[in-house]
Amino acid sequence: MDLTWSADEEAFRAEVRTWLETELAAWRERHGNRILSGDTTEGFAQHLDWERTLFAAGYAAVSWPQEVGGRGASRWEWLIFEEEYYRAGGPQRVTQNGIFLLAPTVFEFGTPEQQAHILPRMAGAEDLWCQGWSEPNAGSDLASLTCKATRDDERGGWVLDGQKTWTTRGAFCSHLFGLFRTDPESQRHRGLTYLLVPLELEGITVRGFGRLDGDEGFAEVFFDGAFLPDDALPGGVVLGGVGEGWSVAMATTSSERGLTLRSPGRFTATADRLVELHRQRAKGDLDPGLRDRVVQGWMKAEAYRLQTLQTVTDDAEGRSAGAASSFVKLWWSELDVELHETALDLLGAEAELDDAWSKGWQFSLSGPIYAGTNEIQRNIAAERVLGLPRK
Amino acid sequence: MRFAFTDDQLAFRDAVRDLLAKECPPEVVRAAWPDGTDAHGARKGEGARADADRVAKVWTDLAEMGVLGIGVSEANGGLGMAEVDWVLLAEESGYAALPHPFVETTCVVAPLLDDTDDPHDVLAEVLAGERQAGAVSLTSALVPWGDAITYLVSIDRPQGDGWVVRRVQGGLAVGDTADQKRTLADTVDAGRRVVRLGAWQADAGFATGATAERAFDRGALGTAAQLVGLGRRMLDLSVGYVAERQQFGVPIGSQQAVKHHLADAAMALRFAAPVVYAAAWELATGAPTASRTVSTAKALASDAARLTARQALQVHGAIGYTTEYDLHLYLKRAEALSRTWGDAAWHRRRVATALGI
Repeated sequence: MDLTWSADEEAFRAEVRTWLETELAAWRERHGNRILSGDTTEGFAQHLDWERTLFAAGYAAVSWPQEVGGRGASRWEWLIFEEEYYRAGGPQRVTQNGIFLLAPTVFEFGTPEQQAHILPRMAGAEDLWCQGWSEPNAGSDLASLTCKATRDDERGGWVLDGQKTWTTRGAFCSHLFGLFRTDPESQRHRGLTYLLVPLELEGITVRGFGRLDGDEGFAEVFFDGAFLPDDALPGGVVLGGVGEGWSVAMATTSSERGLTLRSPGRFTATADRLVELHRQRAKGDLDPGLRDRVVQGWMKAEAYRLQTLQTVTDDAEGRSAGAASSFVKLWWSELDVELHETALDLLGAEAELDDAWSKGWQFSLSGPIYAGTNEIQRNIAAERVLGLPRK
Repeated sequence: MRFAFTDDQLAFRDAVRDLLAKECPPEVVRAAWPDGTDAHGARKGEGARADADRVAKVWTDLAEMGVLGIGVSEANGGLGMAEVDWVLLAEESGYAALPHPFVETTCVVAPLLDDTDDPHDVLAEVLAGERQAGAVSLTSALVPWGDAITYLVSIDRPQGDGWVVRRVQGGLAVGDTADQKRTLADTVDAGRRVVRLGAWQADAGFATGATAERAFDRGALGTAAQLVGLGRRMLDLSVGYVAERQQFGVPIGSQQAVKHHLADAAMALRFAAPVVYAAAWELATGAPTASRTVSTAKALASDAARLTARQALQVHGAIGYTTEYDLHLYLKRAEALSRTWGDAAWHRRRVATALGI
C-alpha cells in the first residue's frame, strides 16, 4: 500500500492547478463575469466556449489517447485533474454525457472509423451528444422501450418512430445516442440496437422543457418516420451489432453509475466548501448539531475518495468492480443531497435565495433518480453483489 | 499510489481467517459466556457450547503463529510489522467475535511496550500468550476480559488535550493476578467478561504525547477493523438466511424490502472499510492526518456495524431475536465495540477539531 502521489503526478497537479486558475478567470472575464447555467441558451454558449478552451489545452478528456483528442493521462492523473477541476470551481461540463457516457462505449464497441470520427469531435465540443434512453413509459424498466427503428434496405438506413424523454440537454445537443427496437417481433432486452443519431434529420422534433431547478435542461425528442441513413456518420450509425443494443448499453450504465460520471473530486470539493461555510456561519447562533452533520458529510466524501483509490487500484490490477458500481452510485447520490441539505440548514432563512448552494441542492435531488433509480441500484447490488435471489 | 494489500499481507490474513474459522466457531464464542443468570435473573445464553479449554486454545494458537507480537519489533521478539500488516487480522478477529483482548493486547499494549522499552518487563510473557494485557481509554472503567487481565494500562487525556498512558495497579475488583477470582459485571455481551475497575492509584505515566496518542489510535483502529469484520459476519449470516427462509412461497431474500435493507448495510461496510485500511497505512507511515483518518474510520465503522446489526436482525425476524441462534453473539459485540475507544460522536468531534470547526 502506498497512498502517496509520485513526483510526476504532483507536477501534473501543479500544472493543472495553475492552468485552471488562469483560464477560468480569463473565461469568466470574456463573459463579463456573468456565467449562466449551461442548461440555458445563453449559458450553453458560454460553456461551449469553456469546453473549447479545455480541448485546445488537451484537458477536455485527459485520459483519452492523444490521437482522439486527449492527453493519454493515467486513471490516477484523471482523478487528480477532477480534484483540481472541482476545487477550482470549474463549471459543469456540458459535453459530459458524450465524454463520460457515450465515449467509454465507443472505445469498447466502436470501429476504428467510428472512433476516429466521433471522439475528437466530441472532445472538441463540435458534436454534442445527449442520451436517448428513457421514454414516457420506459424509465426504470428500460427494457420495455418501444421507440423503433425499421430497416429500409432500399434507401440504406433506418426509419425512426417514437419518443424519448427527460433527455438531458437535448435541446442544445447535435446528436443523440439511444436504444431503438430494430426487431419488431422482439421483447424486452432482445432485438434492441444502439444507434447514433444526428438530431438535424428531417422528422425529428426536439422540445425543451423545464427541470425542477428551472433550467431548460430536459427535452423530449419525437421521431416521426425520420430517416437515418447508414452513412449519416463515418463508420455507420450502429454501435456494436444490430440487435446487440442491450449489452452495448449496459457497458455505458456501469460507467454512468460508477466512477466516471461522478469523480470523488466533486464531492470532496463540496465537503470542503461545507466546512468553510460552517466556519463562516459559526459566528452566529448556530445549532451545535450542524457541526456534527458537516463532519459526517465530510467523512463520507473522504470515504468515497478512499474507496475510489481502492477501486482504481483493483481495476489497474485486473480485479473488476462489476456490479459494485451500484453501491458507488447510491453513495455519491445520497451524499450529494446530504451535503447540500446541511448547507441549506447552515444558511438558515437565507437558503431560500438563489445561490450556488440552493442551485446545487436542486440539482442534487436528481441524483437518486437518474442513471438508474436508487431502488433499482439496491436491487442490483443485492442480487449481483450479495447474491440474493431474483424475483 | 497503490491502495491494496500485498500478497504476504493477504496470505497472513487468510491463515488467521482459516485458524479462526476452525478454532473459533460460534460454540467457542458461547463458551466464553459465563454460566448462570444475570442480575435480573435472566439466563445469560443458550445454544451449543464448546469446552471452556477451547477458548484458551485459540489464544495459544494465535501466540504460536506469532500474531500477538505482529506489531512488536523483531529485537523484542515480535514480527516487526506495522498497523497496515495487522489491520486485516483485527478485522478477522472481529468476524470471529474472538473472545479475547486482541485489540488491547496485540494492537495496543504489545506495540506500546515495544515503543517504550518494556518498562515493566512483561512483554515476553504477553507475546507468549502467558499474560493477557488490557487497556482502557477515555475514562472507561470497564475492562473487557477483565478476569484474565494481568497487565492493564489506561490511555487518556487527563488534562483534556495531552495523552498519557499509565499502568493501572490495584482497582480490579479482587486483586491483579489471574488466579484471584474477580467478579464479572453483568453486561449485554457477557462473552466480553467485563470486570469493573475500582479506584486505582494514578501515577505520572510511562508514555505521553505522540507515543501515547498513537497507542490510543491503534486501539480505535483495531476496534474499527473488528467492527467491519463483525459487520461482514452479520451480513454473511443474513444473506445465507434470507436465501433459505421461505414465506409466501418464495425466499424472503427475493423481496425488495429485504434486499434494500441488506444493500444499505453492505454499502455502509463497503465504504467504511477503505477508510480503516487507509488509517492503518497512515499510522504506519506517520502521516500528519493519521489521527483524523483513524477517527473517520472509527466513526464510520461504528455506524456501519450498528446499521448492519439492525438490518441483520430485521431480516432474520424472530429467529434472530433468540439466544439459540448465533446472530446475537455478533450483534451484541458490535454494539459494545461501537462505543469503546470512543463512540462515533466522540470521533466526529475529534475530526471536527482537526478540520478547525
